[in-house]
Amino acid sequence: MGETFDAVVVGAGPAGSAAALVLARSGRHVALLERGPFPGSKNMYGGVVYGRILDTLLPRWWEEVPVQRWVTRRTTMVLTETQSLSVDYRTEAWGSPPYNGCTTFRPDFDAWLAGKAEAAGAVLVASTTATGLLRDHGGRICGVRTDRPDGDVEAPVVIACDGVNSFLAKEAGLYPSADPGRFTLGAKEVLALPREEIDRRFQLSGDEGADFEILGATGDIPGGAFLYTNADSIAVGVVLELSALARGGRRPEEIIAELKAHRAIAPLVAGGELEEYSAHLIPEGGYDAMPGLVTDGLLVAGDAAGLCLVAGIWLEGVNFAIGSGAAAGEAAVEALAAGDTSAAGLAGYRRRLETGFVLRDHEKFRRAPKLALSDRVQRVYPRIVCDAVEELFTVRNPEPKKGGLRVLRNELKKTDLRLRDAIRDAWAIVRTFK
Amino acid sequence: MTASPRPEVAFEDRMATVEFRVAPEAHIVLDGDVCRGCTTRPCVTACPANLFVPTADGGILFNYEECFECGTCYLVCNEEGAIRWRYPEGGYGVVFRRS
Repeated sequence: MGETFDAVVVGAGPAGSAAALVLARSGRHVALLERGPFPGSKNMYGGVVYGRILDTLLPRWWEEVPVQRWVTRRTTMVLTETQSLSVDYRTEAWGSPPYNGCTTFRPDFDAWLAGKAEAAGAVLVASTTATGLLRDHGGRICGVRTDRPDGDVEAPVVIACDGVNSFLAKEAGLYPSADPGRFTLGAKEVLALPREEIDRRFQLSGDEGADFEILGATGDIPGGAFLYTNADSIAVGVVLELSALARGGRRPEEIIAELKAHRAIAPLVAGGELEEYSAHLIPEGGYDAMPGLVTDGLLVAGDAAGLCLVAGIWLEGVNFAIGSGAAAGEAAVEALAAGDTSAAGLAGYRRRLETGFVLRDHEKFRRAPKLALSDRVQRVYPRIVCDAVEELFTVRNPEPKKGGLRVLRNELKKTDLRLRDAIRDAWAIVRTFK
Repeated sequence: MTASPRPEVAFEDRMATVEFRVAPEAHIVLDGDVCRGCTTRPCVTACPANLFVPTADGGILFNYEECFECGTCYLVCNEEGAIRWRYPEGGYGVVFRRS
C-alpha cells in the first residue's frame, strides 16, 4: 500500500474496531483491514450483545447502536426428549438505559462500530485478506501481507483480530496445535415472523426482546441451543462440540430441526420462514486453551485470542472482543509513545486484561467449559431434574406424597450415576460459580 | 414425544438464503488421494454447508462455492494434509446480512 502506519489492525469485527478506535483517537495512523466487502459480513453470533463495555468508549451508545430488541426476558431451559423445565426471568430494568443486552444483526452492529473507528480517523480497508505476517531482517513482525496488489502494510504494531481461526496468531507460533475439542460449531436459522406475532408468542411489547438458553437439546453431542427475538424475525440455533459432532453421524441442520420440533419450542417457531442460515466456530476452550496474547510487534484480541466466555449460564463474546480490542489499542498507544513495541513494551495489554473483566472472568470460570460440556451436565442431570420435578408434581393418590428428598433419591437411584461423581460435580459447580 | 414432523426446507433452498460472492479461485483444496484412504470422513457430517459429498469411487467431491468459511472441516479432519484451508480472496465468499 506504500503507506506506513503506526499500527495495523486485522479484522473489523468488534475487537478490531475497538482497537482501531482507541488508536485513532490517540492520534495514531491506524489501518483497519477487513476481508469481507464490509465489516460484519463474515460474522454471526448466538444471541445477545452486552453493551456496557461501550459506556466509556462511546457514551450513550444505546441511542444509536443498530439494535433489534432489548432483552428483558431471559429464559433458561432444560429439555429432555419429552420434558422441559424453564427458569423464566423478566425485568423492566433491562428495558431502559443503560440496558443490559440487545439482539442485533452482526453485519449491522459490526459495520456501525467500524464506522466509529473510521470517524475517529482509522483507515478502513475492506475486501482485503491478510495473507501473512511481514518480518524485518531480524525476524521481528513489522506488518502484514495482503492479497491486494502491492499489498504489504508496514507497521510497528500488528493487532490480530482475525477471528476464531486466526491464521496470524498461528503463524506467529502463539497457538498450540489445533484441537477440535476446544471449539464448538454454532449453526443458526433466522426465521421471519410478523412483529406482532413475536410480541404475542414471547409476551413482549415495543422493543422488548427475549433470549432463551437451552440445555439438553443436542442429544449425544455436547453443546447447547438458543432462541432469541429480533424485531421481525426470530433466531434459533445450536452449539455443538466439534469432535463429538464429527463422530456423531448427525448433521447440524438435523439437530436444529429436532430442536424446532420439540413440544416446548415448536409453538414459538411455527410458521417462521427461513431468511438466512449461518454457521461459525466458537472458541469455547476458555482460559486454559487460550493462545499466547503478545509477542514482539503483535497483539491478539477477540475470538482470535479465544475470548468467548462459555460458562454454563453465561454465554458472552462480543463484550469480551470489545474489551480486549480496546485494551490492545491502549497498550499499543502506550508502546508507541515509549518507542518500544517489543513484547516487553506491549506487556500493558495482558496487564490490562488481567486487572479488567476480560481475564478475571475467564480465569474465575476456567473450569466451566469442561464442566458444561461434560456428559453428566449434558445428559444425566437434565433427565434427573426433569424426572424429579415430574414426580414431585404427579399426584398418585391414594399413594401419599413422598417429599422432595425422597423423590430426588429415587431418581438418582434410577440412573447409573455414581454418588461420588455427583458430589464432585456439585463441588465443581460451587467452586466455579462461587 | 416430539411434535408432528413439519416439512423442512430442502438443503439447496436453505443455502439459497445466503449470499455468496464466489471467488475465481478455490480457497479450500482437498488432496483426493488422502481422502480416498479416509474411513471416518468427519467432514461429511460436520460441515454445516454440506460441501463434502462422498463419491461412488470412494473419494470426496468438494464444492468451495457455498462455504461459510467457518473452519470446521480442517479442524475435524484427522488425515494430515488432506484439507488445505485459507480465507478466500478479499471481498469474496460468504456475505451475511441478518445473522
